[in-house]
Amino acid sequence: MSDGPMSDAPMSAGPPSAGRTSADGTSAGPTGEAPALQIDGLRTDYGPVRAVDDVTLSVYAGSVTAVLGANGAGKTSLLRTISGLERASAGSVRLAGEEILGVAVEDIVRRGLAHVPEGRGVIGELSTEENLRLGGLFRGARSAPLSEMYELFPALAERRGQQAASLSGGERQMLSIGRALMGRPRVLLLDEPSLGLAPIVVAQIMRLIRALAAERGLAVLLVEQNARSALAIADRGIVLNLGRVVADEPAGALAADEGLRHAYLGF
Amino acid sequence: MSRVTRFIDLTLNGISTGAVYAAVALALVLIWRATRIVNFAQGGMLMVTTFIASSVIGSSGSYWLGFAVALVSGLALGAVVERVLIRRVESGPPLNAVIVALGLLILLEAGAGMIWGNTPQSFPPAFTIRGYEVGGTRLLFSPNDTFTVLVVIAVAAGLALGFRGTALGLRMRAAALAPEVARLLGVRVGRMFTLGWACAALVGSLAGLLVAPSVFVGPNQFDPILIFGFTAAVLGGLDSPGGAVVGGIVLGLALSYVSGYEGASLVTLAALVVLIAVLMVRPGGLFSGGRERRV
Repeated sequence: MSDGPMSDAPMSAGPPSAGRTSADGTSAGPTGEAPALQIDGLRTDYGPVRAVDDVTLSVYAGSVTAVLGANGAGKTSLLRTISGLERASAGSVRLAGEEILGVAVEDIVRRGLAHVPEGRGVIGELSTEENLRLGGLFRGARSAPLSEMYELFPALAERRGQQAASLSGGERQMLSIGRALMGRPRVLLLDEPSLGLAPIVVAQIMRLIRALAAERGLAVLLVEQNARSALAIADRGIVLNLGRVVADEPAGALAADEGLRHAYLGF
Repeated sequence: MSRVTRFIDLTLNGISTGAVYAAVALALVLIWRATRIVNFAQGGMLMVTTFIASSVIGSSGSYWLGFAVALVSGLALGAVVERVLIRRVESGPPLNAVIVALGLLILLEAGAGMIWGNTPQSFPPAFTIRGYEVGGTRLLFSPNDTFTVLVVIAVAAGLALGFRGTALGLRMRAAALAPEVARLLGVRVGRMFTLGWACAALVGSLAGLLVAPSVFVGPNQFDPILIFGFTAAVLGGLDSPGGAVVGGIVLGLALSYVSGYEGASLVTLAALVVLIAVLMVRPGGLFSGGRERRV
């Protein structure tokens, strides 16, 4: 497993280079490589309710793809289906070319896909350090070292022995991202990392996500209601409405599309 | 006999019986923590493993062989019960698991009666039950009581170390606290649940071996032990292994004093009074301080 060059100050990474995706908007990768995560015709039903409806999208190594949309648009269901928590009714999800639909959640993680769930998913009763260690256990000796996460998130190092329940919202978000990185994933699914955080913390988290993609070559699929913040660091933006993809464009183009913004993104 | 000797006797006796309640409470707490189920079948499960020990001891003549076989069969029984029965009701409403556990209890008790008979049989202690002699008086505390207390302390310490200090313990705690998050982090949650039930049944079978010499082995002989163990677990807060041990000892002492000073017929009543008093003052148990679960 290869890691991008480690920066001493990843939080200070600059804005994304504009137009990483080809101008014509096709799903070919920035440099023509195969996608790290390829989703085709994915459908998820909860009884009679279709939460994810025929979704097709690609996520490339070293780039951030933002999935936007209102509450109930199917964003969380999409992530849960990709990571195996929900059963898909149709379609395919390929991780580095291999089909992972139907593979058990625990095994999908082992193939290099990490899912940071909504509400941060930090286990409050465990200490900060225990939460981090947990993220690397399945990798055994090939887990990332704890010191790497403490370097990336100095705030967590100070609180390593504290119960995770006592951390602030921003620290918890860092902890759950750090915990996911312990397993050295290739693809990172992030569900609403900005939820409930102060704007300055949101900006910090978004810069971090950008840096993770740029410096470690992670393929990031970022689900956000906070469209403005997400598009500021994303390479590509996808808008979901009632489970369907209504727009799939380079992030810059999406942010500039006033009609779409008013209709679906509320800014 | 002087009042002081009497008090010492009752205290030591309370600690020894309390250790057994603590072991049963530990078994209940382990399962509660792992799967949020109160295992009412625990009394039946430890009854079966003690019967197995009794048979092995009877045919081989070796107490320690029977002891070891009982522990191993406890481990296996716990795992099988979880996989075959509990797995099907784990995610359903809590009442389903309660009914399944009660059903299993009745099944085990009836089955044991058919195999081994309904007449209680004696069971040998690990060491002599003749009390220590101190300054010419014989205490109510024997080498076997020392063994009982030490074994329970060792088990509690071993569990605490295992949960706190090992990767497997961390996985088991994560699986119990947040199953979905644990799965996303690669923890095989189902296996952790099976392992939790197996460990709990192992501790339960140990409690059965320790208490059997004083209550005898029979299909229904362990019912009161389950009730006292449950009381001890609730005293400790159901969620805390340390609390289970302290709850067991506190209950053992309280019941020993009641039995010694007021009469043995009041013991069960006293256990209920203790249970109600604690639940009224601290509904989460004695060790619940500020550890509410956020969902």
